[in-house]
Amino acid sequence: MALQDKYKELLDTAKSLGISNLQAREQSNVLYIDGEAPSGAAKDQLWNVYGKLDPDFRSGDVVMNVNVSTMVPGSKAVVTTERSNLNIRKGPGTDQPIIGKAAHHELVTLVSKTNDQWWLIRTDGGEEGYATAQYLSPQN
Amino acid sequence: MKKHLRLSILLAFILPWIAISSCKEKDSKIQAAVETELKNSNMTGVLASVKSGVVTLTGECTNETSRASVESAVGKIKGVKQVVNNCTVAALPPAPAPVVISGDETLRSGVTDATKDYPSVKASVNDGVITLTGDIKRAELQKLMMTLHTLQPKKIENKLTIK
Repeated sequence: MALQDKYKELLDTAKSLGISNLQAREQSNVLYIDGEAPSGAAKDQLWNVYGKLDPDFRSGDVVMNVNVSTMVPGSKAVVTTERSNLNIRKGPGTDQPIIGKAAHHELVTLVSKTNDQWWLIRTDGGEEGYATAQYLSPQN
Repeated sequence: MKKHLRLSILLAFILPWIAISSCKEKDSKIQAAVETELKNSNMTGVLASVKSGVVTLTGECTNETSRASVESAVGKIKGVKQVVNNCTVAALPPAPAPVVISGDETLRSGVTDATKDYPSVKASVNDGVITLTGDIKRAELQKLMMTLHTLQPKKIENKLTIK
């Protein structure tokens, strides 16, 4: 239970942010936190607390698999790349050919989720293909 | 003869009353003692009722051991003739499901995708553990970590040099 003590503030924050299906399990000296955040902002806030408790994420004693529950098929997402366009690919994987682009800060439609990393998306221009979830943020 | 009759009538009414009231008095003393015992042993889920020195325990105990120990503790209280232990034992909460850890192949392809835009980051996967070496800008670290954590690895060893 030592890790649950170390990351008590993180777990308390998760509860107060309303993370659903929240699970905190300790296994082989790693604390696994799973759940669904009600918004992208809530997920960011949670990560900020984690970064404060474990500066630069050096300890390697947490795996926090928290996704945003509003990322559901049919909803809109914003392309949150650094500055470049987001590649739209034929399949879910960076080894897949690029078939289109979504602009930085463009609003796209989430069609279906392949896994936590890849979404099938559609742009307003009608381009459809797979994009990586790390550059898609739910429209809050 | 009349006097005797009166006395016996009197006794017939008074004696049982005395007996009942003293029994009730005893029961309330036992009740108090039992309640103190339950409070002291932190058995807040257990209730007790006493009748003619027979203590009936109801409610919920946390486990078999506490169920047995509360029975023996109550049995030792002065005036208790018998303990009827109707306590139930709380069902164990279901054991948490084991943590799902992705296989190395899944992790490798996920890591490749996640680190594609960070050419100075090197990542390896071994037995569920992602090890990061190379360097990264501090502003980009959290975003990369957020993606890597959703791959469900066993652990992430962050050996990155942060610029």
